[in-house]
Amino acid sequence: MEYNLELVMPRYKIVRDKERCINCGACARQCANEAHVIYDDGTVHSIDENCVNCQRCVCLCPAHALHITKYPLEFCENANWTSEAIQEVYTQAKTGGVLLSGMGNPKPYPIYWDKMLLNASQVTNPSIDPLREPMETVTILGRKPDCVKMKNGAITSKLPPQIKLSMPIMFSAMSFGSISLNAQKSLAMAAKKMGTLFNTGEGGLHRDFYPYADCAVVQVASGRFGVHKQYLEAARMIEIKIGQGAKPGIGGHLPGGKVNEEVSATRMIPAGADAISPAPHHDIYSIEDLRQLIYSLKEVTEYKKPVAVKIAAVHNSAAIASGIARAGADVIVMDGYRGGTGAAPTRIRDNVGIPIELALAAVDSRLREEGIRHNVSLVVAGSIRNSADIVKAIALGADAVYIASSALMALGCHMCRTCNTGKCNWGIATQRPDLVKRLNPEVMHLRAANLLNAWNHEIKEILGGMGINAIESLRGNRLMLRGIGLTQKELDILGIKHAGE
Amino acid sequence: MKRVYANEKLCINCRVCEVYCRAAHSKSADVVRAYKEEPESCSRIHVEGDNNASIAVSCRHCENPACVEACITGAMQKDPKTGLVINDPARCVGCMTCALACPYGCIKIGHIAQKCDLCGLSGEPECVRHCPNNALIYAQGGSEK
Amino acid sequence: MKYVIIGNGAAAISAAEEIRKNDTEGTIELFSHEKYHTYSRPLISYYLCGETDEKRMLYRSADFYEKMRITPHLGKTVTKIDRERKRIVADKTTYDYDKLLIASGSVPFIPPIAGIEGRKNVYTFLNMEDAKRLKKNISEKDHVVVVGGGLIGFKAAEGLSAVAASVTVVELSERVLTTILDNQAGEIMARRLESHGVRTVLRDSVSSLERDSVTLKSGKTLPCSALVVAVGVRPNAALARECGLDVGRGIICDSSQKTNDSDIYAAGDVCESVDITDGERRVLALLPNAVRQGKVAGSCMSGGKMEFAGGYPMNAIDFFGTYITTAGVINPPAGKGYKVKALSDGDKYRKIVIKDDTLCGFILINDPEQSGVMTSIMADKTKLSSLKKSVKESADMFSFDEKTRFIKLHGRCEI
Repeated sequence: MEYNLELVMPRYKIVRDKERCINCGACARQCANEAHVIYDDGTVHSIDENCVNCQRCVCLCPAHALHITKYPLEFCENANWTSEAIQEVYTQAKTGGVLLSGMGNPKPYPIYWDKMLLNASQVTNPSIDPLREPMETVTILGRKPDCVKMKNGAITSKLPPQIKLSMPIMFSAMSFGSISLNAQKSLAMAAKKMGTLFNTGEGGLHRDFYPYADCAVVQVASGRFGVHKQYLEAARMIEIKIGQGAKPGIGGHLPGGKVNEEVSATRMIPAGADAISPAPHHDIYSIEDLRQLIYSLKEVTEYKKPVAVKIAAVHNSAAIASGIARAGADVIVMDGYRGGTGAAPTRIRDNVGIPIELALAAVDSRLREEGIRHNVSLVVAGSIRNSADIVKAIALGADAVYIASSALMALGCHMCRTCNTGKCNWGIATQRPDLVKRLNPEVMHLRAANLLNAWNHEIKEILGGMGINAIESLRGNRLMLRGIGLTQKELDILGIKHAGE
Repeated sequence: MKRVYANEKLCINCRVCEVYCRAAHSKSADVVRAYKEEPESCSRIHVEGDNNASIAVSCRHCENPACVEACITGAMQKDPKTGLVINDPARCVGCMTCALACPYGCIKIGHIAQKCDLCGLSGEPECVRHCPNNALIYAQGGSEK
Repeated sequence: MKYVIIGNGAAAISAAEEIRKNDTEGTIELFSHEKYHTYSRPLISYYLCGETDEKRMLYRSADFYEKMRITPHLGKTVTKIDRERKRIVADKTTYDYDKLLIASGSVPFIPPIAGIEGRKNVYTFLNMEDAKRLKKNISEKDHVVVVGGGLIGFKAAEGLSAVAASVTVVELSERVLTTILDNQAGEIMARRLESHGVRTVLRDSVSSLERDSVTLKSGKTLPCSALVVAVGVRPNAALARECGLDVGRGIICDSSQKTNDSDIYAAGDVCESVDITDGERRVLALLPNAVRQGKVAGSCMSGGKMEFAGGYPMNAIDFFGTYITTAGVINPPAGKGYKVKALSDGDKYRKIVIKDDTLCGFILINDPEQSGVMTSIMADKTKLSSLKKSVKESADMFSFDEKTRFIKLHGRCEI
């Protein structure tokens, strides 16, 4: 027998200005959550409990008659039992299941990017105007040799494979399946246009995307979805995915409902079947096992592709990174605890992992101490929000960053954090054809490209202010950073001085 | 000549084109006021289909327009210079013979026949300008100049 | 080249325009027994009720003849065609032609009614002159009887109902608008007209006109101070018949609108044409048909190559805000393999006639916007089994498959 009274209250209230509403019904036709309905008499009404606050209707309403507010409901909350905590209990009491969430950790943990300040040149080391003078943001990823032989100004020793990016920003792993084909296509087109890379995630590379393969990072994850020889050979870089910042230690689960014909063909799994990525790789239980996989992949691609290993930033990241470097990886990717996801158990997302800033500083320091920093490139991810975050990451020691949430925002994402429902009204985190077509790659890729362009400009601007004319000169240059409001322990881990020092 | 072409693969059935068309052809030229005016203004573009497959349909400004042939008053004419098929509201009596002749179902009834005038050829028509998914384009047709 | 055109209606004007497209040099002489600049005949009922005026009734702009370099002879009746010498006679003057177009339209048919000879209160309703007479003479004291419940009769009735004390339509057949409606739709219309003060008397006819009344065949009498005779029209083909051209019910032409004289063409209501919906030859006295035939004739007279593939009946009318659109075969003969589906929903009515998997005709009441798609499905003889939606319910671009729809809307075939 079921308890009929609904305790879970609507999260949002849809406010319709009746003076302005023209009953055109655009909101009703556009809302996959059915938060708007057209009555038989032609008038349009809203249903608050269905609203996820994705703002699609608000943006689309030609009469600007809609806005959405928080549902005006005051729980008997206190600093401990917040509305959210109470609601979650009601929800689980009703469903008996694990709470699922989309996007990244929303909790008010410290954001170290915002506790670090950048330096600028004054008098002695003059700043540079990037509009007048050349400013280099080209980034080269890949293992660097211990020594280099040169003849007549050219390198004669054989180099491991290197990847040249026009800027230190790449699109992070988002699989076809978790995001739509059009969303991934937009990112692929933007990457190609801007001279950087996108990442297939663990969903394989759709057959139509092979023209973009030379700017694709292809993942080999625990489910091995869509991995075949051509896939590996076509790619620019191969990435072994061990973990993900949003859900360290947890596998992935793409429900069968999202495994349509195209997803099925790309992942090489039966249509309609759940795609389960196991929590561990069942063939990796040690660094030696990881080394085997790295070299298997290098072997199959004739040592032409760099192999990256992606891990979630966790407590002992530094030691793990050292092991990965020694296992032969060309690039180490670390994903912080604020990194996004299509769906993760809420408790894992909100409570597992460590901030990427600390993990990055620790790993960079550790690799330097061990004298193997040049053996790998470091790429960091996990809520890079703007160009200043990138500059700080590079000063802490990163070679490049991955961005995902911000890239999706460029494609229209409004951070409603209900990716897991598969009803994304913006056509991003969904496989429903009627929703997917709302994202037109021909125009949306330009917005993603604009974002990269804007950030690259800003990076140049900041570098110029520091009197630096190449991003290479900033890499690991922690003297350019100062902490603000940080404890001595935090400063020590970050390897920076406090502001004023 | 330039016409409005709709891409079915991109049309999302929001029907915002209809709203802006109606506004553009209202007295106030304002979205909200257009819907409260008397006499009622009407949209000259309409979306057919549903969320799964939809397309906006508006006058094709045909080379040999059936509506012009059918017009009993001579109000419906094709401008030989611009190619625009346009209805003279002063002469139209609203008999709807043009609607019966139009193979695309593009002629709407106000109190007289209403049809796309490409917003007076004053640049990109409103429907195209406001399409949220760029499903409408204003362009030269395939083979013609 | 000397072109002579008899007529000043839609067919004549369309022909003249087409001639000018092909031949900028030749002379075009245009004759009409009416003294008016080209105007729209179907508008006379709108004129009667004041919805339009003489100026707005012009079918082409006031400077049309000058712009097209046409010499109009308005108010001059052509009395003879001399095929031997290739000339015509009008007002006792002769005019030579190289190519002649007969687009003389139709004349009203007057049934035998006792007592109408010489009476001033008897009207026909076909041209401007008729409309002006009615407008001038009919007042709110008049009781009008309209003989004939066809399109012309009803349009006259509609126009007069706003002015006269009463309007009664007397129709011989079992329903109003016999040719364009079926019984059910006829009833809907009769009710609609009744509510606007137009009475209808069915299965009856006027046998005599008295001083201020008419006597019907059934013996009933109706008060009548004005009688409008509108039982129908006939092709105005007397000239053609006299000069020996092939004339059936109308002038007989080939697909280039040429008569059996290679220098004489005919177009519009004066001709017979093939009705593509049932393959029969008949007079299709319809404006769109006249325009198309006029274009074909004009083109072929001046060296062009257009062809007239046949026409079909199509009528769109609004009576007091009720829109009726019909086309093709509406009341199919029994036993010839026609299938009929009718659906009524409130003030909407939808009837379709199907034969051999093609649409042969339809009536739509109060659903005019999609009727054009229906017309195209009918005229193109589209196989109904190839459609994605049943024409019984609706027709729009989604009636067609994706590729066809693309070609229709984009005019080219790559998707």
